Amino acid sequence: MSEKQALLSVENVETYYGNIRALSGVTVHADPGEIVALIGANGAGKSTLMMTIFGMPRARTGRIVFDGKDITQLPTHEIARLRIAQSPEGRRIFPRMTVQENLQMGASLDKLEFFDEDSRMVFDLFPRLKERINQRGGTLSGGEQQMLAIGRALMARPRLLLLDEPSLGLAPLIIKHIFEAIKELNKNTGLTVFLVEQNAFGALKLADRGYVMVNGIVTMSGSSADLLANPEVRAAYLEGGRH
Amino acid sequence: MADTQKTGRESVFAKAVKEGLLAAALALGLFSLIVGFRTDQNIRNELVLNQRWGLLAIFVLVAGVGRFLLTAYITPWNVARNKNKRAAVEREQSTFRKSFPKIGLGLLLTYPFLVILILTAYNGSIMGGLQGSLKYVDNFGIQILIYVMLAWGLNIVVGLAGLLDLGYVAFYAVGAYSYALLSTHFGLSFWLLLPMAGIFAALWGIMLGFPVLRLRGDYLAIVTLAFGEIIRLVLINWTVVTKGTFGISGIAKATLFGIPFTPGPTGFAALLGLPNSGVYYKIFLYYLILFLALLTAWVTIRLRRMPIGRAWEALREDEIACRSLGINTTTTKLTAFATGAMFGGFAGSFFAARQGFVSPESFVFLESAIILAIVVLGGMGSLVGIAIAAAVMIGGTELLRELEFLKRIFGNDFTPELYRMLLFGLAMIVVMVWKPRGFVGNREPSAFLHKRKMVSSEFTKEGHG
Amino acid sequence: MVSEVHNNPAAILRVERLSMKFGGLIAINDLNFEAKRGAITALIGPNGAGKTTVFNCITGFYKPTEGMLTMTRQNGEEYLLERMADFVITKKAKVARTFQNIRLFSGLTVLENLLVAQHNPLMLSSGFTVLGLLGFPTYKKAAADAIEKARFWLEKINLVDRADDPAGDLPYGAQRRLEIARAMCTDPELLCLDEPAAGLNARESAELNKLLLDIRDETGTSILLIEHDMSVVMEISDHVVVLEYGTKISDGTPESVKNDPKVIAAYLGVEDEEVVELIEQAEAAGVDDITAAVDLLSTEALHEIEEAHPEMAPTALIPATGTPKAKRARTAVAGAPAAKTAPGKSRGAPTPARTPVKPTGATKAGVISNALPEPRGGKADKLILIQGIGPVNERKLNEHGIFHFDQIAAWKKADIIAAEIYLDFDGRIAREDWIGQAKRLAREGRTPAPRKTGGAK
Repeated sequence: MSEKQALLSVENVETYYGNIRALSGVTVHADPGEIVALIGANGAGKSTLMMTIFGMPRARTGRIVFDGKDITQLPTHEIARLRIAQSPEGRRIFPRMTVQENLQMGASLDKLEFFDEDSRMVFDLFPRLKERINQRGGTLSGGEQQMLAIGRALMARPRLLLLDEPSLGLAPLIIKHIFEAIKELNKNTGLTVFLVEQNAFGALKLADRGYVMVNGIVTMSGSSADLLANPEVRAAYLEGGRH
Repeated sequence: MADTQKTGRESVFAKAVKEGLLAAALALGLFSLIVGFRTDQNIRNELVLNQRWGLLAIFVLVAGVGRFLLTAYITPWNVARNKNKRAAVEREQSTFRKSFPKIGLGLLLTYPFLVILILTAYNGSIMGGLQGSLKYVDNFGIQILIYVMLAWGLNIVVGLAGLLDLGYVAFYAVGAYSYALLSTHFGLSFWLLLPMAGIFAALWGIMLGFPVLRLRGDYLAIVTLAFGEIIRLVLINWTVVTKGTFGISGIAKATLFGIPFTPGPTGFAALLGLPNSGVYYKIFLYYLILFLALLTAWVTIRLRRMPIGRAWEALREDEIACRSLGINTTTTKLTAFATGAMFGGFAGSFFAARQGFVSPESFVFLESAIILAIVVLGGMGSLVGIAIAAAVMIGGTELLRELEFLKRIFGNDFTPELYRMLLFGLAMIVVMVWKPRGFVGNREPSAFLHKRKMVSSEFTKEGHG
Repeated sequence: MVSEVHNNPAAILRVERLSMKFGGLIAINDLNFEAKRGAITALIGPNGAGKTTVFNCITGFYKPTEGMLTMTRQNGEEYLLERMADFVITKKAKVARTFQNIRLFSGLTVLENLLVAQHNPLMLSSGFTVLGLLGFPTYKKAAADAIEKARFWLEKINLVDRADDPAGDLPYGAQRRLEIARAMCTDPELLCLDEPAAGLNARESAELNKLLLDIRDETGTSILLIEHDMSVVMEISDHVVVLEYGTKISDGTPESVKNDPKVIAAYLGVEDEEVVELIEQAEAAGVDDITAAVDLLSTEALHEIEEAHPEMAPTALIPATGTPKAKRARTAVAGAPAAKTAPGKSRGAPTPARTPVKPTGATKAGVISNALPEPRGGKADKLILIQGIGPVNERKLNEHGIFHFDQIAAWKKADIIAAEIYLDFDGRIAREDWIGQAKRLAREGRTPAPRKTGGAK
């Protein structure tokens, strides 16, 4: 790993909620054009890391560098302006805006020239959203809201896409589409993707590299194939319900 | 590394200069007309325009330099301090904090005597001590406790059930007028009318609640606000009954189980063989309102451990989940409204008995706003926090009247009371910046299995009406 | 349809002719199904199929436009849920629910959450607060009992230690469990769970399965479940109902639903388990199988394998000339989802739209003997009608020049091995008798192929 190259590098970051330490000494990085997956149990601090990259909450120690620029103390909206887009935990779509308006909000960093092209891309990815284009976000079903959140993030033409559990609440088929689409975007546009997943198997299959987080500490990292083959990872995150 | 730090330092400085200039320009724009010019009447009753460039310059300088200092030094210092803050393990509450309610209660119970004692020592005579204490017991003690009680009552509606009520003063008015009218027309005693006033207010609460509680959030706030105004307008315009803006005067005073506080031979002082003084009645009123306020607190504490109290708090957290658990949210909201209103009614009847005079003037929207501000400042749901907030806000404004020495500085036409609202607003801003969830934002759980732990304010919700 | 579900004493909930319209939008259209007493019934379907709307109708949060929802309690009392207010449904008809986006009282402690759920019995025992306020012993006892009941459920969901922490502080998986426990504290006879396994990892889903089976077996509570996690649905449910666009497309045992082509096309696709199986087998066997098969493979196929499982295909195996064409062939994401989520629509558009990048038929011919450069008459057969072929595999087959049933029907052993490598399958083609199915379908295929789903024109 050479630090100069990494698009995003999180170095030794600690984050607190009040006095409770949520992340301790987390160091991860994502090189340009990479898909990186972060897996771990619920409550391990995966989403906290996602939010810390966005400055909410702020890292108390450590550094977060995006494309050579220290963004640790940058206000959230300025971080977003660097073209880091996020599909956050809990979807957080604008419930009273229509699907179209939600997508427009996602594209608000851009001049309008790309809007048609990008929205077509999103609608191709999620035809369901096209059917609901004039419906308010809040009236969509849970899975549709998830699609909208991802679509909204894509509308920002991000350089780095942060996805917090993109597969949450989606039908198996749609999950496959999303994962394929992410791979495709990554391949065609060189989009760097950092994703947090509960669906560790799917995430590792998609990703180039992976990190495993336990109690706010990154305990393991390596290529996805290594992690998939690692007996500890398998025991903890891959096996269980599946026979 | 050193380089980057240096450039960082310089860029902060540059940023600070820029922001300082911007703030100064903004201040210039804002204040040039308001402060820079002043119209006065001269001796011939003509309006003349005075220019006050010096004062304007001071305003602009303060804004610019203040912003510069804030950006250049204070913010970085704060950031550095936060960074260095070690991760303290969850601290045990200090003993002072733990026993604060007890200490506070002890102080409240002995307050009048403490005041008398101190003043007696100061004046060198018991009589002087008694007379001198009048002001402190009445203006500070009783006045603050009325607001404590009102805020505790409103706390049930806003703090526990999460229903934003901007017309709370209406129930206060209902209580006050109930006592005033029934006592002047039928000569009923205070002790009979006190519960009746509470019941009337509760009924009004239910009447208001029925149509209104389907509304949420902002809508509920607006409608309750309107309700408060309607009650006041009715009181002003229904002159046959309420005597309109003249108000009702000569309201009977409260008695100590039939013993009146009058100078005559059957009066309290004569019976106990004490020297005549108005202060006994004040002390009696002090204990009366203290009792009523403590009753409110006790009921609130008890109710929180009852299913209904928990349902209120659950309602604040998530109304839909409440319904999914079989809780009738309409009746639950109504009981919250009615209970809050009842305590408002109690406070109202006490107010009427204390003043001996009620008029619509006392029940303006500002009162509702102040009570709500106290609840918010104190921390929604926290009895101790609200009591502190009431003491600070009401005590603070009363204190302003005492600051005579300011006249020596600012000249004789300076009246500190006029700055009451300004200071009130400033204090609110400061507190909200410093403690966004009020003085005591943490919530005490109503039941526990192993150990009672405070619930941090970041988890609790304010409710959506 | 109605008579079929009518008067079945084993049914705890009967949904008859249920329709729900929002303005012009039809969320549920003439839906009939029933949930059996003491059983776990799963409601599955694509996103936006109306599953949660069905729940909201059952629990009274929506008033259905049409239809009848009959809840029969254990004691024989019948309730028409569509006529009742939401909180009365929980109180009287004993239907409890959880929510897709967890709705806990986050500022109350875990214990308090469970106590709020016992509101109605506690209200009674506190004499509507009055007796409780005065400190009557009946309430004290009831309160203690309520805490005991809460403790029972806390032990069940393994959260006793965190009883005094705010619910909002729990990790996600624990919040899900707590929400179920809270619903159970209302003593329901029918428990409706909206995506209880969403956001849980494999281990947590397994724990959830155990909890739900426990609830069913120990308390006799019937469960109605919306879920996307097939490891939960297939493992624990006794009965599965599949919705698409507000109508029922399949209904039966998990096994039958799983193999229902309509369901596979509309919802399941090909399951992950198969891929897991493959990796496991490959690991167990080492890379030998792959080297043995290597002479059958084109360079592209090898790249496919390498791409999917880099750990299994040593780079040395790949001829230097190999270019990752197969990768490119996958092309635009664009058309793909449209084709799958709205099968009716995509029928006309020939699938090859996605496949044109295949350069020479020759390369492929080396792999599967009867590959075609493009479908005959520009129109491919719906390969997903063969059980075991999902949309993904259909596409892969198309990419490799297989468009028609008769092509599959004519496969030789070498073709099968090659195809299995393409599809990352191992032995499934024989096991599921694709050849036989294809033959049958090829015969029928002379007449227009049957619709996959009931939808569209």
